[in-house]
Amino acid sequence: MNADDENRIKQLLKQTLPPVERNAEPERDLWPAVLRRLDADTAQRHTVPWFDWALLGGLAVFVISFPATIPVFLYYL
Amino acid sequence: MADGSSSVPGSLLHRFRDGDLDAFEALFREHQRPVYGWILRMVRNTAAAEDLTVETFWRIHRAHDRFQPEYPFGPWARRIATRAALDWLRAQRPEVELTAEMAGALPSESRGNPSIAAEIRSKTALAFARLPSSLRAAAVLAVVEEQPHKEVAAALGITVGAVKLRVFRALRLLRKDLVRQGITP
Repeated sequence: MNADDENRIKQLLKQTLPPVERNAEPERDLWPAVLRRLDADTAQRHTVPWFDWALLGGLAVFVISFPATIPVFLYYL
Repeated sequence: MADGSSSVPGSLLHRFRDGDLDAFEALFREHQRPVYGWILRMVRNTAAAEDLTVETFWRIHRAHDRFQPEYPFGPWARRIATRAALDWLRAQRPEVELTAEMAGALPSESRGNPSIAAEIRSKTALAFARLPSSLRAAAVLAVVEEQPHKEVAAALGITVGAVKLRVFRALRLLRKDLVRQGITP
């Protein structure tokens, strides 16, 4: 591809995709959406994952089935 | 992008780094427009640009403790915005983005040359959308938006030479695609 080809492609691209205006701004205030996103993130962090609940349930079933292991668990806590 | 940088402890940037929500809001108010404009230039879709601006500031807030207040906020925000926009571009299918209609619907400085046949514009837009996202980003910022190569390089986290190479590869692939579609530029 020579320099002329390159310039022609550049012109074609510019005419196909006109530049965005310099002062483009969002049509709405985005701060409330950012706050909602932060709140959702915080709530998600405070949610216990299902795997942790399953692990706890399994441990409870094990301890109930084998009560003699309770002192061993307590020792390692 | 104004940076509002200060190395004085207790300044806006220090308070943001320490997790102060008011400082974060002040930085958001100062930088939302340039961040939105930068993203819009990359993705060329106003709804997606708004969503990605929210995503960018969420990522910025999440990374606040890694921010170094001795450096300006603007370029850091722009790098995060660029990564968010590139993630979005990678996730899009070429058939549903960057059509000629979408290009025409953007708030642009000029509507383009009407003498160019709609078919050629449509095929060019489709060929452009088929480029790898990294090449597209470099080409749209450097060629269409005429941003300085240095700024494009900083935003993409690459060297100026790499920007020039990506632009060249993008133009070459674009030309090949157009020739395949029966258009000789």
